[in-house]
Amino acid sequence: MVTQAILYILIVFVGTGGELFVSRAMKTIGEVTDFRPHSIARVVARALALPRMWMGIALMAIAFFALLGMLSLAKVSFVFPSTALSYAAGALGGRLFLGERVSPQRWFGVLLVCLGVVLVFLGNG
Amino acid sequence: MTQSQGLHFKTGVLILIIIVLSPLGNTFLGKGMKNVGGMNSWAPRDLFHFFLQAFTTGSIWIGIGLLLSYFVAYLLVLSWADYSYVQPASSASYVIISLLAHFVLHETISPIRWVGVAVICLGVFVVGHTYPKTPEHHSW
Repeated sequence: MVTQAILYILIVFVGTGGELFVSRAMKTIGEVTDFRPHSIARVVARALALPRMWMGIALMAIAFFALLGMLSLAKVSFVFPSTALSYAAGALGGRLFLGERVSPQRWFGVLLVCLGVVLVFLGNG
Repeated sequence: MTQSQGLHFKTGVLILIIIVLSPLGNTFLGKGMKNVGGMNSWAPRDLFHFFLQAFTTGSIWIGIGLLLSYFVAYLLVLSWADYSYVQPASSASYVIISLLAHFVLHETISPIRWVGVAVICLGVFVVGHTYPKTPEHHSW
């Protein structure tokens, strides 16, 4: 139970932290308008040159290892939806660290997602 | 097509790709980890053997390949759309993962968990009707 709790925290909070770093790095690169493979490869190469991207990848890698550990202990149908708690952390992080404007409607949607996660937990009996 | 419609269209297409690749990748990971067995110790030696066994399982690598493709699509959409929009909007993948877990991995999903997944999707619907991009960004 303790192991699952630690793994869960790593997946949700460390994973969200990683995604926030990655999102910030991609905004530095700017909007992608050319979707041809070599152009996408160039964007990925430019992204990989940014320290923030590597910070994000490192945090997401930790979350990925935790996910593998969690999947060895619990069902996929529980693990995947329960990590939706990261949506609340993501909206909050987007607002606080990325300066994104989170409208009341979007907050309401995030609240519903959180409510759904609680039900997924309750249905784990 | 106006600039706003174009933005919604290309965001929609990439989110569709994201919500298919992510559950599929996780289903393969789940299938692989079921064969590896439970992680029961935090001792470095045990962790090493645990992850060594995981990374010599074929399903894990298929899952990683699918998740890497998902990650590229995710990076592309994040180059213009807000993180706080993309993240909840891509949560439609929770329905797909539940269906895959039920029909492919034969997991039993309780009615209350299905309700939870439906509520998550309702949240997605609400978020999906907000404009995906904040005009200006503060430095971080």
